[in-house]
Amino acid sequence: MLMPRYQNIFTQVQVRGKPEMGVPLKYGQEHRKSGTTFSNWMGLIGQAQIGPVYLGWTGVVSLVCGLIAFEIIGLNMLASVGWDPVQFVRQLFWLSLEPPGPEYGFSLFVPLAEGGWFIMAGAFFTTSVLLWWYRTYARAKALGMGLHVSWAFASAIFLMIVLGFIRPMFMGSWAEAVPYGIFPHLDWTAAFSIRYGNLFYNPFHALSIVFLYGSTLLFAMHGATILAVGRYGGEREIEQIVDRGTASERAGLFWRWTMGFNATMESIHRWAWWFAVLTTLTGGIGILLTGTVVDNWYLWAQEHGYAPAYPDTGMVDPALSTGGV
Amino acid sequence: MHKALALTGVAAAALALVACEPGPKTLEQSGYRGTGMAQVNLDSAAIVAEVPAPPYDLPPPGEVTAGEAYENVQVLSNISREEFDYFMAAITEWVSPEEGCNYCHNPANMASDEVYTKAVARSMIQMNQKVNISWDSHVKDTGVTCWTCHRGNPVPENYYTLAGAPSGNPIERKVNGQNMPVPASAFSSLPYESFGSYFGSDLGEPMSVRVSGVSMHPQEDHEVTTMEAEQTYGLMMHFSESLGVNCVHCHNSQNFADWSISGPARVQAWHGVQMVRDVNDGYISPLAGIFPENRLGAEGDPFKVQCGTCHQGQNKPMGGVSMVADYPALLREPLDFTAPILDEADDEDAAAVEIAAAS
Repeated sequence: MLMPRYQNIFTQVQVRGKPEMGVPLKYGQEHRKSGTTFSNWMGLIGQAQIGPVYLGWTGVVSLVCGLIAFEIIGLNMLASVGWDPVQFVRQLFWLSLEPPGPEYGFSLFVPLAEGGWFIMAGAFFTTSVLLWWYRTYARAKALGMGLHVSWAFASAIFLMIVLGFIRPMFMGSWAEAVPYGIFPHLDWTAAFSIRYGNLFYNPFHALSIVFLYGSTLLFAMHGATILAVGRYGGEREIEQIVDRGTASERAGLFWRWTMGFNATMESIHRWAWWFAVLTTLTGGIGILLTGTVVDNWYLWAQEHGYAPAYPDTGMVDPALSTGGV
Repeated sequence: MHKALALTGVAAAALALVACEPGPKTLEQSGYRGTGMAQVNLDSAAIVAEVPAPPYDLPPPGEVTAGEAYENVQVLSNISREEFDYFMAAITEWVSPEEGCNYCHNPANMASDEVYTKAVARSMIQMNQKVNISWDSHVKDTGVTCWTCHRGNPVPENYYTLAGAPSGNPIERKVNGQNMPVPASAFSSLPYESFGSYFGSDLGEPMSVRVSGVSMHPQEDHEVTTMEAEQTYGLMMHFSESLGVNCVHCHNSQNFADWSISGPARVQAWHGVQMVRDVNDGYISPLAGIFPENRLGAEGDPFKVQCGTCHQGQNKPMGGVSMVADYPALLREPLDFTAPILDEADDEDAAAVEIAAAS
């Protein structure tokens, strides 16, 4: 008999048998494609069974739109190094598809080389992501599941659309959008913070960081707790919500001992879901307020009494006495 | 055994990945505690100041000035003949140690202006005088000499020219002078071609470096885009790379714009930007007509000054060593003199002489 060893941080068990094909279909539903296979490698990090896959028209159109966006971005990057494949690979992390300059405002009709490609890539990328979101919604419905995954995904999409579309629209300028590039989007982030007087004084940015780091902390605590009580059947979390058993009792007592309080098998998942959802939700609100309502978060934080005051160094803006910029 | 090997491997990989610089370091705190305002200097990286000694002891001034002793002396006519000879020996060592006097002079007739570099040298001597007299807000008492930039090279190693016009091909999108790993932007993806907008008036009124919001809420008259902030950021990376310092050398990163929490180096740097504009607009761009083509950039503009031209990776150029006291000619008020603009024919002759001199 197989004796699973739970005291290991890597997946130890792969179940092989007749493929699991999901819940029975309702009357009138199209037959599920039967193509399934098993992969030992996938089994090391997840379920060994691959398939059946559902793509449907939303999935197909989403992938096509995503591919178009990917190609627009990639080919523009390739063009920017004179179509040299070697330089493309060498400079890939620096290359970028930049948004239109401020002279074009929020016009949809921008010459391709001046940022038209950027708008087009954004349109295809957004379409792709929204269709994929609809898949998470429709497939959850089809399986009679709750919609937790799609609403969490929607929160992330909200941040993405705020950065690339809603805020530029409010600001009346595509130039405010984030470039598509690896280092360029990071440099944009730093420049954005400097332009708006230090984004760390944006309270919604602060909340977003709390939820982001909090998410990783909760994830680590929960994963570690369940693995640690695996030898007592601790992975059967859902049953243990109402029938706690020795694994839950030990895990709960461990946290009460060490930090005086413990989540339950139910609440820990709500904690995790809300932390994840609120990361991008508060982040998106913070971005949306920047430049539209608040132009300098440092001055805002001074006004609201939470930017620490450092001793005056005695330096005075030399432009005040001599002119110049 | 295997464990030891594995551990060594992991340690080696970690060292390789973090790109840390082993060796003793000196930490210099430059701002209020807790603000991170400090410079970390690798002891082994301390650059020895290599400053050439004067060619010989400066002789006492005689009765005759250079203007009286020699023909066609324009910008140094008021110094003594002895000091003039001494200065010419020094300038040769600073600028054209291999090419010698002929880099600027026709050996058959030293008074002739036919070699374009002579006209350039006049303008540069005046620039030195102007910087030493009027820009002490930036160069303090240290001052500058030709060596500060040239360091034995006829053309200083670090300079900028205006970026060429972008291609008109709609498929080959504009790169906007950014997203390239080049030293000018400290190998970031930030804009690296903005110098022309900040360091001179070639492209119109110099661009403002200041991008941060000036008030808590948006103002109608302060519309600065994040793209402009990226340009300022790129320029700041150039400062940082040229001086071998990080942001907090000048700024308190709590708020980059606030002067009252910034360090004194920021004020000095501000004057430096004004100085660079004066130098480029007043002394270098006007020479565009006399430089041969191989000394011009894509837009037909001469090689202009940026921070690295003097600083060359050091917070204080040449480790802060002052040379100027040995060369009093460079501490004089510039004489009235307008750089001559040579006509086309002269220009070609000058280029031909230069090639002959170099070969």
